[in-house]
This record gives sequence, C-alpha cells and structure tokens, in this order.
Amino acid sequence: MTRRRNTELGLMLLVVIITASAYVLASLGSESRIPANIVPFLVLVLGLLLGAHVAVRRLAPDSDPILLPTVALLNGLGYVVIAGLDQKLAAAQATWTAVGVVAFVLTLVVVKRPRSLERYRYTFALGGILLLLLPLFPVIGRTVNGSRIWVALGPISFQPGEIAKVVLAIFFAAYLADQRELIATSVWKVGPFRLPDPKYLGPVLVAWAVTLLVMVYQKDLGSSLLFFALFIVMLWVATQRTSFLVIGFSLFGAGAYFAWRSFTHVQTRVSIWLDPWKHPAGDGYQIIQSMFAMAFGGVTGTGLGLGGGVRIPASENDFIFAVIAEELGLAGGALVLIAYLLMVGSGLRIATRADHAFDKLLATGLTLLLGLQAFVIVAGVLRVLPLTGVTLPFVSYGGSSLVVNYVLLALLLRISDQSERARQPVPMTEVAA
Amino acid sequence: MNRNIRRLGAVIIGLYLILFVKLNWIQVVQKQSLDSNPLNTAQIRRDYNRPRGTITTADGVLLAQSIANPDRTSEFGRMRVYPEGELFGQVTGYYSFTFGSTAVERQYNSELAGTTFAQQVSGFSDLLIARENVGDVSLTVRKDVQQVARDSLGDRAGSVVALDPRTGDVLAFWSSPSYDPNEISTLDSKAANANWNRLTAAPGNPLRSHQFQDRYFPGSTFKVVTGGIGLQTGKVTDVDPSYPFSNGYTAKNTTLPIKNFGGEVCGGALPEILKTSCNSAFAEMGAETIGPDDMVAGVANWGFNSTPPIDLPGGVRSVFPTDVGKNPAKLAQSSIGQNDVQASPLQMALVAAGVANGGTIMKPHVLNEVRNSQGEVVKSYTPTPWLHPMTDVFAATMRQDMIGVVQGGTATAMAIPGFDVGGKTGTAQLGTTPPRSHTWIIGFAGPPGQPATVAVAVVVLDQSGASEATGGVVAAPIARAVLLAALKAQGLA
Repeated sequence: MTRRRNTELGLMLLVVIITASAYVLASLGSESRIPANIVPFLVLVLGLLLGAHVAVRRLAPDSDPILLPTVALLNGLGYVVIAGLDQKLAAAQATWTAVGVVAFVLTLVVVKRPRSLERYRYTFALGGILLLLLPLFPVIGRTVNGSRIWVALGPISFQPGEIAKVVLAIFFAAYLADQRELIATSVWKVGPFRLPDPKYLGPVLVAWAVTLLVMVYQKDLGSSLLFFALFIVMLWVATQRTSFLVIGFSLFGAGAYFAWRSFTHVQTRVSIWLDPWKHPAGDGYQIIQSMFAMAFGGVTGTGLGLGGGVRIPASENDFIFAVIAEELGLAGGALVLIAYLLMVGSGLRIATRADHAFDKLLATGLTLLLGLQAFVIVAGVLRVLPLTGVTLPFVSYGGSSLVVNYVLLALLLRISDQSERARQPVPMTEVAA
Repeated sequence: MNRNIRRLGAVIIGLYLILFVKLNWIQVVQKQSLDSNPLNTAQIRRDYNRPRGTITTADGVLLAQSIANPDRTSEFGRMRVYPEGELFGQVTGYYSFTFGSTAVERQYNSELAGTTFAQQVSGFSDLLIARENVGDVSLTVRKDVQQVARDSLGDRAGSVVALDPRTGDVLAFWSSPSYDPNEISTLDSKAANANWNRLTAAPGNPLRSHQFQDRYFPGSTFKVVTGGIGLQTGKVTDVDPSYPFSNGYTAKNTTLPIKNFGGEVCGGALPEILKTSCNSAFAEMGAETIGPDDMVAGVANWGFNSTPPIDLPGGVRSVFPTDVGKNPAKLAQSSIGQNDVQASPLQMALVAAGVANGGTIMKPHVLNEVRNSQGEVVKSYTPTPWLHPMTDVFAATMRQDMIGVVQGGTATAMAIPGFDVGGKTGTAQLGTTPPRSHTWIIGFAGPPGQPATVAVAVVVLDQSGASEATGGVVAAPIARAVLLAALKAQGLA
C-alpha cells in the first residue's frame, strides 16, 4: 500500500512548508527580520518529519496516512508559538520533539504486534499505579504550581502521570478484552433494575479510588478526570452496557462534589470558573487575560508574532490555545480543533477496523486520551469547564507529554498497520499453493 | 463494540462543537465588549514595548520620548517620559498601559507608532533590516509662549489660548490646574493608580484640558459675535443705528430690564458701544436690530453649536440657545453673552482670530509635521479654512473697532506700543454676594497696518469683583504678555 505512504509524504511536505513559513512570519512579526537560523531550522524540521515518515514507510507501511501529518502540523504550530514566547523554551521543545520522534520510531521497532503487550497486563497495571503514586514519595516528588505531579531523578524531572495514562490504557484494554463477556452477561437484580454483578464492579471502584487519590493528593483535577473517563468509557465500549456509564459518572459526580466541598483548591478553581470578574487582578487574572487575548485576535488574528502583548501566565503550556487563537484568530483556533477531530476520527476508524477486542479497545482508549485531553484543556481556556492543568497534546510546551504522545501515536499506527494488512487479499500464489 | 465506538465519536464531535461555539462567542460576539473593557490593555501593552516617536514643540523643545527602561527585570522594555512635565501635560496627554492615552498621544498614535499606511509603505523596503519605523511628531505650540502663558496666569484657575489667525497654528495652549503626564504614564502601576486617584479627586479637575473641554459664560466678549453678525447682515454699520443713551434695556415680553454695569448710561453707534461694552445697546441690537433668525444663523457661522475641529480628542461644543424666536428677553440676554450662552476658551480665541484674519476662521490645529526616523517628512499639516462668518470688508470694520477698545476702551491694559492690538473684555458674573466673576479677554496683535499674526483668548475663573473693568484689569495683562511673547517668537518684536 505505497499509495497511503505517498499521501502521507505529500502531506508531510505540506506541513514542512506551512511550519517554515509560519516560523519566518512569526519572526518578521515580532522582530521585523528573517530568523538567522532559518536554514538549520528547515533542516531540522525536514529531517525529523521525513525521518518519522521513512520509519513508518519501513515499519508500518499499511497504517493510516492522516495521523502523522496532523501531529506534525500541531507540533510545528506549537513550536512556532512557543518560539514567539520564549527562545529558550523553544530550544528545549525542539530537543524534546527529536526525543519524541526517536521514541516513536523505537516503539514501532519494539512493538511488532500490539497483542504482545496484552500478555504483560498486570505488569502494566502495577507500573501504572506506581507511576501515578511516584510523585507522592518523599525525596523524588516535586510540587510545581500547587500540583504534586513531578518526579526528579538527578538532573531529569518528568511527569510520571503522562506515562501512566498510556500504560493504564494498555492495562484497561487487556483486562476488558479478557473479562468483557463475563462482565457484560452478569446480572444483579435490584428490584426492577438489572445491574452488573457487584464483584465485577470492583475494578470500577478501584479506578474511582485511584482517581480521587490523584485529585486529592496531587491536586491534579484534569488528570483524574481523564483517568476516570478513560476507564468508564472503555468499560462501556467493551461491555456495551450503558449502566456502567450511568454508575461511573454518578460516582465521579459524587466524588467531584465531595472534593469541591472539602478542598479549597477545588473551590478556588470552581469559583474562578463561575465568576472570574470578581477578582480580575487576582484569581481571575489568567482567564480574563486569556479572554482579552482571544477577543483581541478576532476572526483573523493579530498575525503570528504580533500578539503576545498580553501576558497570560503559563501561556506556553496551559494557555497556548489562547495564544494561537489570538495570533491566528478564530480561523486558527478552529483549525486546531479540526486537527484534533481529524485525529479522533482516524483513531476511532482504526478501532472499528481492528479485528481483535484488545486492539479495538486499545485504539479507542488511546484516541480518547488524545481527544479528551485536548477537549479538557481547551474547555478550561474557553471557560466551558473549570480550568484543569493538562497539556494540549503535541502543542503545549512540555517534554513528558510530547514524548509519551509520540509513543501513543506509534501504538495507534501499529494497530492500524496490522489490521489493514490483515484485510489485504491473500496473494494469488498462496491460494494456488 | 463498533456501534459504541461510533457513538463515542459522535459524542466527541458534539463536545468539540461546544468549544467551537464558545470560541465564536468570545472572538466574534463578545469581541467588542471585551476589547473595550477598561481592564483590557491589550492594544496599549502591545504598543508599549514597541519604539515610539518623539513629540517636540515648534521651537524644538522635547515634550515626550520613549527611553529604555532602566529596570532590566521589568516586563516593559521602554518607558515614556515627558521632560517638560505639567507645562505641556494637556497638549501631549499621557500614554499609560493602565489608563490608555489622551491628547496628542492618542490623536497621533498611529503616526508615533509608525503604523499609518504611508509610513508602512515607506517602511516596506526596510522590512529586512532592523530599523525603527516610527514617526516623530512636531507641534505648532511653542515653549517660549506657553511658559509666558503659565507664568502670567500663575496660580489662578483659567485658560490661555494663543493661535496664529492666518493658519490656525496653536501657539500656546495652557490651562490651570494642569498635571504632569509622567505621573500617569509611570510603569509603577501602584504609583500610577495613586496619582490617578489623587488627580481625579483634585479641585479644578487637573486632568481636563479646560481650554477646549470646558465652557463658561463668555460675557461681554460675545459682543464681538453680536456686532459681527450685525455688520455681516448689513443691519449695523459703524454709524447706524445709533443706540439711545440709557441705563438699561427692557425687552418686549418682559418688564425686567437688562441693566448696564453700575447703572451707567451708555449708547451710540458700534465703535462707541464696543468701547464702553454697553449692555443696553447690544441687547437691543441682538433682540431687535438683528432679530432671532439672523442671530441663530449668525452664531453658527461663528462656530457656536458645533465643536471646533481641533486635532485633539474630546473637545466641547460651544452653545447659543436656538429657542429664542418667541423670547426676545432671552435673545437680549444671550446677545450680551449671558443666559444660555457658553463658550470654550478655544472658541473665543477663534472668534478673535476670525476678525483678525479678514473674516475667515482657520481650522485650529497643534500638528506641524511628522517625520520618519530618516528625517523625511511623511505628513505635514496644510492650513485649511473652517468658517467664513464675515466678508473682509466687514471684518476690517470690526478689527478697527476692536483696536479702538484697546486704544480708548476697557482693554487699554493690552496695548503694545508699535503694534496694532485689538481686543474685547468680558466679565461673566457668577454672583453678587460677594461679587465674583469669570474674567475674559479676547484679542489680536500684529505689525501696524498689516494682518494680525496672533490671536488670543484668556479666561481667569472665579475672580472677585464684577465690574466691566475687571476683565481689563485681571485678564488684559496676561493677554498682553502672551501676545508680546508670540510676536517675539515670530521675530516681529
């Protein structure tokens, strides 16, 4: 299926042109000169993107052709915006992109068959929970901006929760692929209601407890929402029983209400969300500046490198969407949303075309992680939901998130490659034999 | 499972649709209200770190410039400073990231920032080399004249406007109390806020440009307008009518007479009644000789009931009542600058300028020209007529009559030996116990037998005394000093 790869190559070249032009425009906008490092920049972008493409061509030739170019576009756009905010961060982000692409290629090399992962389900489960709890350990745990989600090992610090997302998605997929028939057919009659057998609700309760733990001790609202939604939705897809959705989100609602009543940091988030104008120079400052910036951008935006007058705290990660919407306007903001929908569409299409339950569930879970995480942070920036500090996948500044998301992308392409190859007609020679 | 996966897809599309709708709501529907929110400093913050041109006076004194912020840790790379402080505060205005901008800083923002179309086009070739594409604004106001205006007004509240009647160039534009724009433009937002609160609460409202943003009863200076309308309509000449000598005038629909100051008896033809500032005669001239229709149409020709087109934002309209058709008493009072007549000092300076410039009022302006960083002129002001209240023959008559007021009337304190100086005093009574008044003078000066080169209006607010002489005593010396300073600046004296 070289046609798919040629499509991908064409799209990748388009992304290179768009990214390089955006980079030049941003520099012209902010400093009125063509960036001095444009040639090395072009070589780097071209090298990374074409490297990733060649790896896919060699290692997963039949996989989906849309995902990689979409990711490249978002990553490139994010880089240009970060470069406009802070050159030092941009250099780090470029390094992390390179590491991400290497991790992407390595994943394709190591994971030849997705279901080879299925065997290590309990290793993944244990690893996932360990990773989640890691920041709570003394000595290595770090609190940054009020959230205890960092771990420092010598000179390297990272967010183990980012890795845990993918690891737990693999465990959930394996567990549910195994148990879904049993869970789906079990019945516990309570009056007129037919509920799932309580003993199969155990994992739901465990997931809920871990989620609350993350919310309470790490003060990371976004990640806890993400974990819980991931598990409940995968359970729903696996068992096709809507009662799990109802029970799951009721439990989450109760947990969230309890957290809101008990913890001041949750109350603060909610009150900022409800009325940021009460303290425009204090708690509400960030979200109000973000709205000013987006409004200032209007439909067509201020132009790359021409925004930035508004200082939004954390504009390079949590609020990067506001900067894009300011500089590229409604058009650019909508483009980013469409890019995530494209990825969600491609990912779910991979899930529906996969042959095995594990592959289907893993593809669904990974896609949901991407789509929901982008939704949660953009909804926070747009004040649709209370703000929760998660990254905008592939766009925000941040090494852990970028590298893990490249691994996630590799897994999706691996599943896609395998199921598409299985669908190919068997060559005539083999039939004859 | 595929059915639920597709349902999941539909749900996610739904979620993203919510985001798209909210994005539209913020960027399109709410754009205007968010942009105009007083807390929103997006535009000015964006401009604040960019280079910005200087503002200088016609005599080359630097009024405003952007310098590198000495505080290297600040988020602002530049700061705006005003070396002359309050002397030109109301001319330059301030440029603050908290409070926006006013006056020249606001009016010529695009020129100073280098973002006008002409500047962009000329700067296009510079795109690839680092060069500051800003505009330096030079004004028509002069420090030498402005300084005299401030010194002679002193601590008293009031305004001084001097302009060149031939071009509309504003030479001095001072009002007291004034303020120091450095206090508002400071990068220390706490100090800026404290200064702002102090200045907005201060008596006399120093942040207002009283010269053209406030209006007062013009008193007898308005008689120049009434007399001018009389001349222009052909209903009044220097000899006819000759108004009866009387101590007051009683309009047709009232029994309450308009009295002359101190019950004096006065009358006669235009030159005489202008010299003595005779209330009874001008009341009768407006109410009977000219009549309501010609008066209302005439004052519009002099600029009343419209805003002077000066190139500074926020100017105020001077007013003359239009409902005087069936109210001769009101018309009579209005004709001597009382009742509902109010004028800004700028408007009264334009009245004097119109007489001095052969009956044509030029548009008042403070801009001289804008140059780019290479010193090339990218914009320069071309003098433009605004109104023609009188033809030149009648203007010459009024000019001569006003010179008469200085030579032998209420404005003798304004005389400058060796120059033709004309003027008219005014005293707008505020109350009688104790007697207080706004004292006015308007006038012009120039070389003998030649067109006047300076016109002036002075108002000193809330002075004690209410006699007609008050204007001549209080305001005339200020006007004289300013006229002389302007003549010197023009190389004539």
